Amino acid sequence: MSGGGDPTDTFRQEAQELLEQLEQILLDLTRTPDNPELVDSTFRALHTIKGSGSMFGFDEVAGFTHHVESAFDLVRKGKVAMTAVLADIALAGKDHIRNLIERPESADPAAGKAILARLEATVGGHGAAEAPKPADAAAPIAAPTAPTAKWRVQFRLPTDALATGTNPLLLIDELRSLGQATVTPLLDKIPRLEALNATEIHIGWDVALETDKPKTAIEDVFMFVMDEMELKIEPIDEPKPVSAPIAAAPAPTVPAAPTAPKPAAQPAKSTTEALKSGGSIRVPAERLDNLMDRVGELVIAQSRLKQIAAASQDGEFKSISEEIERLALELRDTTMGVRMVPIAQLFGRFRRLVHDLAGELGKEINLTTSGEETELDKTVIERLNDPLVHLIRNSIDHGLESPEARKDAGKAAQGHIHLSARHTGDKVLISITDDGKGLDRARIRARAEENGLIQPGQEMSDSELFQVIFQPGFSTAQKVTNLSGRGVGMDVVKRTLDALRGSIDIASTTGKGTEITLRLPLTLAIIDGLLVRIGQGRYVIPLSAVEECVELPPVEESRVNGSNFLNIRGDLVPFLRLREMFNATTPPDKYQKVVVVSANEMRVGLVVDQVIGDHQTVIKSLSKLHKGVGTFSGATILGDGTVALILEIGHLVARGQRERNLKLAS
Amino acid sequence: MAIWQGKRSLEVLTLTLQGEKFALEAGRVQEILDLVNVTEVPGGPAFLNGLVNVRGKVVPLADLRLKFEMTPAPATIDTRIIVINILLDGEMTTVGLLADKVHEVTEMNAEVLEDTPKIGMRWRPEFIRCIGKHSGDFIAVLDIDRVFEEGDRAAAAATGSTSAPAQDAA
Repeated sequence: MSGGGDPTDTFRQEAQELLEQLEQILLDLTRTPDNPELVDSTFRALHTIKGSGSMFGFDEVAGFTHHVESAFDLVRKGKVAMTAVLADIALAGKDHIRNLIERPESADPAAGKAILARLEATVGGHGAAEAPKPADAAAPIAAPTAPTAKWRVQFRLPTDALATGTNPLLLIDELRSLGQATVTPLLDKIPRLEALNATEIHIGWDVALETDKPKTAIEDVFMFVMDEMELKIEPIDEPKPVSAPIAAAPAPTVPAAPTAPKPAAQPAKSTTEALKSGGSIRVPAERLDNLMDRVGELVIAQSRLKQIAAASQDGEFKSISEEIERLALELRDTTMGVRMVPIAQLFGRFRRLVHDLAGELGKEINLTTSGEETELDKTVIERLNDPLVHLIRNSIDHGLESPEARKDAGKAAQGHIHLSARHTGDKVLISITDDGKGLDRARIRARAEENGLIQPGQEMSDSELFQVIFQPGFSTAQKVTNLSGRGVGMDVVKRTLDALRGSIDIASTTGKGTEITLRLPLTLAIIDGLLVRIGQGRYVIPLSAVEECVELPPVEESRVNGSNFLNIRGDLVPFLRLREMFNATTPPDKYQKVVVVSANEMRVGLVVDQVIGDHQTVIKSLSKLHKGVGTFSGATILGDGTVALILEIGHLVARGQRERNLKLAS
Repeated sequence: MAIWQGKRSLEVLTLTLQGEKFALEAGRVQEILDLVNVTEVPGGPAFLNGLVNVRGKVVPLADLRLKFEMTPAPATIDTRIIVINILLDGEMTTVGLLADKVHEVTEMNAEVLEDTPKIGMRWRPEFIRCIGKHSGDFIAVLDIDRVFEEGDRAAAAATGSTSAPAQDAA
């Protein structure tokens, strides 16, 4: 989405955020339907979507949302009990609203009608489907028979309320519309003239209001400012009218009880929201990418400067170069920090997935998460979505047993899935743990042998065996379900992780469950690399993959056509002569070096002419024209402005292992 | 021919490849650079065998001489890199073109532009958009997008062939 000034784009973005919030709230509601705060939050979110929807011409959205909102209004007033079923319908409604906003042309009106019909059936004859009114359904209609009561409403807005678009005069007008109102300003907090800032509000208001509407109607006036303001609503005269509106509501205590403590109870949540909207700005992702590119170029230019400065005798020049180096690196770190987003964003989406899958498969699932505040590069988070969806589906579909089977195995009927994220060094670990039946080693083995993925009788550790799952075309599910078992997917998961320079580990205990751990780099934009020379070309090997550097024994060197294996502390490690692979024409260096790299717990040696040293690398992806070249994952620009290619370790290791397997088989 | 329809003339950049004059639509050209260090891409398609640094961007360098089955000569003081943008699978991609010499930006009148003859061409006609006459010479105007569409297929073929020797080695 471009960051242009199109207000409908702004609406779309805001609506998307609201819908995400709404989803979380509704999911909470499915568990604790009797939480009135959640009902209120739902109502507010729906109300905002409806209001801004009609403001920006999304009439379909406004019309549909109105019905859902009306239903929740009834719940809020206690006329309809909140149930998990209603929350489910609302979730479906939420999806429909999203469709209406994002793809209005493909949204199916029949689907919307079906949702409304279900809604109608659930809330019953309480007029949920009354004709949609335009924007201001804010003041709900109360029972007309309620007697008039006198209320004293005192309120003070935060001093900066005008800056957030709140207009106290409109609030007072709205109060007036409820009945007979006498408004007195409270001037006691006005500062001295020299300290007075005309854009701040220092006046409070005291309104004596005579109305036949219940107290909730008065509170509704302040619905959108309630969290930040001071508000006191008390009955004047005899207490009798207070009980009257409560009595009008069938659900006891619920509507009245939470209203009074609400301003006090909510700040915990709302202050964080306020901070979020006040302390941050929305920036199109594209601009961040551009910024990162520029900073990358700056770092490259700076390293060239550093080289020249190192050769120079000019002390002043050197000190400026050092200063610029410091600034450039700080700027790089700051920019990378800007791109970091908490993984909570991603985890949040899975609650819905788990909720839906549990319903679909008839399993009971409890999803817990930890480490949601862990930050990862924005691009990594975006690309992780699909693999994680797949892994979670697999855990639920294959891992967790049905409630009956769980009981037979002596476990709780409710399965447990835990998502966690944490930092270790420059990696982020994300793990998905389930307490299901664990992986079936025998079946994986049989299946892998059947497909020729491993040799019959081949010795393998558990973790090696589990890696087989990620081979293309592998699936042990005897029955292909809607969700998984088609054998596509796990290899896609693996490929995505490879592309992100991450790795994946599986640990599984039969009968106890499985833990899948993804290891990911913090950022994609920069890696630490080992710069090597092969012939005349310089190449970068990702440092994270490097295990050690050794000299190639002269014996091995002479055996050009012999077996390409190296004995490293008793371990047979295949090696690849990169000079041959890259068709180097210059005479080889006298002492060839071997850089031992590993991926997926497999090792391979790369024979190079010279190990130059470590090199921090800004990764530039290769163009589509070179997409077919699997040996390289990208390119970088060296200090002298030359382009150097980054070796794709996964590809090279796989090639080395193929040779090893062929040799072992022969 | 769509290329000059509605226009009186076509603005082109003229260049030499192995002694032959060609032309490129000038509007496509981003900049012309002196030859810089070229990084070889082992296993890449032959005519796209290099990468160069163009203002901090890693850009593939194409040697059109290989595309036209000419024998490439070593670089001279006149060798230049022409940086152009091409549309590849709906995505703008910056590419460098190696030229033995770059001459000038000139206008060719519509009258002197002719359709590519189907026969009697020295080069594969699909890479030529049209033929223009300029100061007594015939100049072929390159259909540069077509050249890289082909390049895409060649890239796929080239990687297929590079993985084969590795298996032979085992």
